[in-house]
Formats: sequence, structure tokens, C-alpha cells
Amino acid sequence: MRKLLIASVAAAALILPGMSLAQDTIKIGVLVALEGAFAEGGKDGVRNVELALKEAGGMAGGKKLEIVVAPSDTTPDTAVRQARKLIEQDRVDFIIGPLSGSEGIAMRDYAKSIPDKTVINGISGALETTWVDPAPNFFRFNLDGAQWGTGLGRYVVEQKGWKRIASVAADYSFGYTNFLGFAVDFCKAGGDIVERFWVPLGSSDYAGVIAALPDDVDAIYLGVGGTDAINFLNQYEQAGADTNLIGGTIMADATVLAAKGRAKEALIGTPTSGPLASDDPSPAWQAYVASYRAAFPEGERFPTPSLFGVGYYIATKAAINALNAVNGDLSNGQAAFKTALATLPLETPLGTVTLNENRQATGSVVVTEVEEGPDGNLRSVFKARTEGVTQTLGMTPEEFRAMGLPSRDTPDCAKLRGG
Amino acid sequence: MEAFFRRHPVWAAIILIAAAAAAWLILAPWPPALEEALGRKRVFLNAVFSGITLGALYFLVASGFTLIFGLMRNVNLAHGSLYLLGGYIGYEVSDATGSWLLAFPVVFVIVAALGVVLQYVVFRRMEGEELRQTLVTIGLSVVVADILLWVWGGSSYQILTPDWLSGPMDLPVVAAVRENGDLVWLRYPQVRIWILIAAILLGVAMWLVMNRTRVGMLIRAGVDDREMLAASGVRIQLVFLGVFAFGAGLAGIAGIVGGTFQSLSPGEDTRFLLASLVVVIVGGMGSIPGAALGAVIIGLSEQIGLVYAPTYSVVFTFLIMAAVLAFRPQGLLGRSR
Repeated sequence: MRKLLIASVAAAALILPGMSLAQDTIKIGVLVALEGAFAEGGKDGVRNVELALKEAGGMAGGKKLEIVVAPSDTTPDTAVRQARKLIEQDRVDFIIGPLSGSEGIAMRDYAKSIPDKTVINGISGALETTWVDPAPNFFRFNLDGAQWGTGLGRYVVEQKGWKRIASVAADYSFGYTNFLGFAVDFCKAGGDIVERFWVPLGSSDYAGVIAALPDDVDAIYLGVGGTDAINFLNQYEQAGADTNLIGGTIMADATVLAAKGRAKEALIGTPTSGPLASDDPSPAWQAYVASYRAAFPEGERFPTPSLFGVGYYIATKAAINALNAVNGDLSNGQAAFKTALATLPLETPLGTVTLNENRQATGSVVVTEVEEGPDGNLRSVFKARTEGVTQTLGMTPEEFRAMGLPSRDTPDCAKLRGG
Repeated sequence: MEAFFRRHPVWAAIILIAAAAAAWLILAPWPPALEEALGRKRVFLNAVFSGITLGALYFLVASGFTLIFGLMRNVNLAHGSLYLLGGYIGYEVSDATGSWLLAFPVVFVIVAALGVVLQYVVFRRMEGEELRQTLVTIGLSVVVADILLWVWGGSSYQILTPDWLSGPMDLPVVAAVRENGDLVWLRYPQVRIWILIAAILLGVAMWLVMNRTRVGMLIRAGVDDREMLAASGVRIQLVFLGVFAFGAGLAGIAGIVGGTFQSLSPGEDTRFLLASLVVVIVGGMGSIPGAALGAVIIGLSEQIGLVYAPTYSVVFTFLIMAAVLAFRPQGLLGRSR
């Protein structure tokens, strides 16, 4: 009998704090890659979640907000393990994250097993996450990799006159998706992809690939990011190669442009595309950059927020926005909260974002070029903008499906050029 | 040499033919038919040179490992942690002083001192108890890996090449012939070539010390029969300390080299521990020339595999290891006891 009493007291002690918290505090799990190629971007993600909370005064819908950070290492199994820890041990109300493409696909599947909770994507950009059998409680307020690639292909063909290219990109879902976005445009504008090289995420030795790059091309598309990009550029420079470069979305990001060393100088003049241009004059972006700079001392942040940081900032904003709209009501399987997330248009530093029926954002994509700024820092400078890029890149869903899911060999360039 | 030819005429002929074929593949311009089959010569040459320079790096890590094992029968599974620690310290030193060269002596001294502590405090207490040593070193490597993660974080570091070593150099090897008959020389990263040269010099120096000096004699005697050497009045613990310090220092230096042409991040410690294990298994436990041979074989198979069969490249290393274990379990240059 005594044992039973002790056991029930112990069990109550375990449960009670969670219950009392649920009354006046909302716990947010932040799932973010803090190890591996994107560790610097992940740190910027955490900074931006803190920034968004600070701007909201740490409150939303009349409740106090509290965050729990769970680190992953860009692999899907770690992401799911950490997400499970957030839900089961830390008892968070919803998760913001993950960061990397294949983690996103794994989290889509995990989200289906926790229908009463909500997952708001951090910055992962694989197409399948919200395209193939999407989870009803998974929301993505950033564009996917294919959307980010839009406009770049046409730009390099028409403005730069580069028609024959080879590509080196990361061998995982985001690498494929981001390259597909570029290639669709590029091939339709008459470009030709001579050879495609795929390198594992997190590989460190690119000498073999660099040597195998063909000489007779106008440019090389680079779809690697984080420290992979820095390693690649270092070895590219050491090998004395100097072909024109085209950057994938994470190639010319602040995480790479702020790296130490000379290798990044190979990027000067490189066109790239993505959701943001660091010199965007719009008041929303400028106000955000000013707030970011004011919140963190100079040595502990990038000159302007990175792509990864912006993603986590917008995701947190979306959560706060929806919580305010429903007065912090997370009852009934968070039904009201989910409806608010899915339907409310969101004002972000990158413009207004709306979600489609797959809970995937539609938004604008910019083409930028890397330039050396007056202070010696590299930055991406605005060149062109495409408004309202949809998940199917302006095609009908049938046309988009007919192209196949992004993979090593999809899309087929010759077919697109013909059609 | 002559004895080998007389005893194994068939093997000698095969080795000679293979060497001649390799020399021809590397030196001569390729006929079009061969380019058709294997791709451009530049790609092949680059894979070969990358393999050899990667082998140089593996040699630096594995030679310390094999020395320690040969003398003390001590499988130090924390060797990879010494590599990674050396790399991180090298990064801090070269970042703070701006001098890449200065990092080498500093790292060598620090990591060697750590090796002395390890040997004196830990291994001396469990001499001859192999299971305990293995478990303790695995434990140490886990602890050290977590401390490194705590101090340096999860992001990856790259040690910058000094200006005078960055950029490519032309090697006296023909990469291609232009249509007008001009020869195109192979361009290859300078820093890798110099590291290769340094590794070769170091290997030769180690061989000379082992075979021509009194210290080397002591070590060789210790490898053959530890008890007899101790019984003849040599202070064997001092020899052990010296060898452990040297082996650890080498691993630390290898960390700087690895951080210069690849990068440093959590997980590299086990990668290099595994690589040096494979290298010494292939080359033969306790043999310096064996470590060199094993390192070059593993480096070449990794890089050539990566270029010609990327999907299976990981398997080749282990196939080689399995083949060696099956047909020559003591390693290519190891001695059976």
C-alpha cells in the first residue's frame, strides 16, 4: 500500500508540472541543426527565434512563451529522435523546425503520428515535404527549394549568355529540389546541362569532382551549402579552376559569405536566387535587419540575417500571429490554432505570405549577384524578382507531376527544352 | 631484392609489369581509345595524386598508431581524438598568430605532452591487459569527443593555407596534348604536394632512426621481446613514454594537415581512427614501411573509387582489408609471430 502511494505521488509529480504549465505558459520546441554542414545557419536560426520572441515581449495570446532547443545534425533519424524528445519529455505544445531537407520529409511523417500537436517548418526546403501526401498539421511558411530556384535559369541564359553548364550539387532531397527549380527555367530558356555531379551532404574532399569538371562549359552550377560550400570553394581555388559559377540558394548565403579566408572570393559575380536579397530596400526588410543588428553584438551575428535565420524568424512570427488571433487557445487538438495558421495572411520581412491547400507558402523569389561591398564584406545584390511563385512553379499540378519528383536525373533537360 | 626474384619469379614479373603499366598510364599521353574507355587523363591523374596525398595524411596518423602498438601491444582507440584535438589547437594557433608553420611545433609539443600523461597515468597501470586497455581507450575517446564538442562546437573549421602555399602548381606530368601539339602539364594544389614531400621525408627519417640509431635499436628490440630488453637493464618505461609521446605528437600534426586540406568537425576523430586501423591492418601491425604501403593503398582505392565508381567507393577499402585478412592475416609487410 505504501509503495502504491509513493508510486502515485511520483507519477503525479511527473504529470503536474506539465499540466500547470499548460495553464499560462506555451512551450515551443525549436528543432534545429547545430552540428554538421549547416551548424552556423542553425545558430542563426536560434538567434532569430529569440529575436521574434523578444519583439513580441515574450507573450502571445495572453500567455507566456518559453522555448526548448533540440539540436539535430541534418540527418532525418536524429531530427525525429529529437522531435520525439521535445513532444514526449519536454511536453512542448508545438515544434518549430527542422532546418534541412531530408529532416523535413521525416518530420512530415512524424507529424502524422502526433495529430494533436503542430509542426511549423523551420527552413527545410525539400519538395516532397508538402507535396507528396502532406501532413495536415505540418505548415511551411518558407518557399521550397524548387520555388527558390525560379528565375535564375532564365536570368543566366538571357543576361549572361551561359547556355552550357555542368552541375555539382548535394546528393539529398534539398539538393535535388533546388536544382530542379533552376533547371526547369534554364532548360526552357534553351540551356543545356552537360553533366551532373552529386556529392554527399557533409563531404569534405572535392578534389576528384573538381578535376572531373568539363572544360568546355560556360558555367558551373554549385548546389552545396554551409561548410560544404566553404570546403568546395577552398579546394576549387587551390586547384586553380576559374570557370563562371552559378550559385544554388544556400551557396551564396550569409553563412558562406561571412566565412573566413579568401576562397569565397571565387563567388564574386556569381548569380544566385532565393527568397531574399540582403540589400532589399523594402521597409519591412530594412526594419527587420535593423532589429536583428540591434539585438545581437557584431561578433555574434552575420552582417545581415542568413536564409536559415530568416526562415526560423518567419516561422516564429507565424506562430505568434496565430496564437494572438486565437487568444492562446490550444484546446481541442489545437484546432483553432491550426485554422489560424492555415488561413491568416502573414506579414513578413519578405512580403506577405499565404499558404496553399497543402499548407505550403506562395511568395516572391529574387535573383541576386554576389558583390564586394564598400566595407570589404561580400553581399548579395538584387537583380530581378518573380512575384507569386507557386508550389508547382506556375505549371498545372498535372504538368508538374508529369515531370517526376526531383532526383539525380529529374528533370530531363532535353524534354523541357523541346516543350 | 635479387633473392626475391629468384624465389618468386612469377610474382616478380607480375609486379614489374604492373609497375611499368602504372608508369605508362601516368607519364605517357593517352591514346584516344583509352580516353574513350576511362575518361580524360586529367581526371585519372588527379585521382591518383589525390590518393597519394590522402595516403600521406593517413600515413601521418597511422605511423604513430602502429609504433605504439608494435612496442606496447597497446591498441590506443583514443588515437583519433588526439588527431582532432591537434587539429583544433592548430586552428587556434594559426588563427591567433597568423603563422601556419608555427602551429606544427606547438601542436606537436602539446599533444605529445598529453600522450605522456596518458601513458604515465593510464596505460602504465594496465600493461598487458588488452581488454581493459581497449575499453578504457574507447571511454577516453568518447569523453574527449564530448569535451571537444563543448569547447569548439559543432561547426566545422578549416585551417587556412598560407599565401605562399595556396593555389596550384604545374607538375612535370603530361595531362593532355592540345591539337597543335602543345603539352598540357598537370596543375595540382601546391599545398598537397608539399605535404606529400614532408610526409615522405618524415617516413625516411623515421626509418633511419629505427634502423641506424641506438634509440631505434632499443625500440626494435622492445618490439621483438619486451621482457628480455627490460631484463638487460634498459629502462623500458622511458622508451615507452618517448614512443607514446612521439606517436601522439604525430597524430596531432596530422590534425593540422587534415584541417588544412579537408576540415575539422565532430566525427572526424572516429573517421581517422577507422582509417588508421584499416591502414595498419593492411600494412601490418607495428611496421613503419607497412603503414606507408597501407596508407597509399587505402588512399588510392578511396580516391580512384570515388571517381570511377562513386556508389561503391566506400566498399573498396573494406574489401581490401578483408582480402588481406583472408590471405595474409599478419598484413602485407607484417611479420608473423
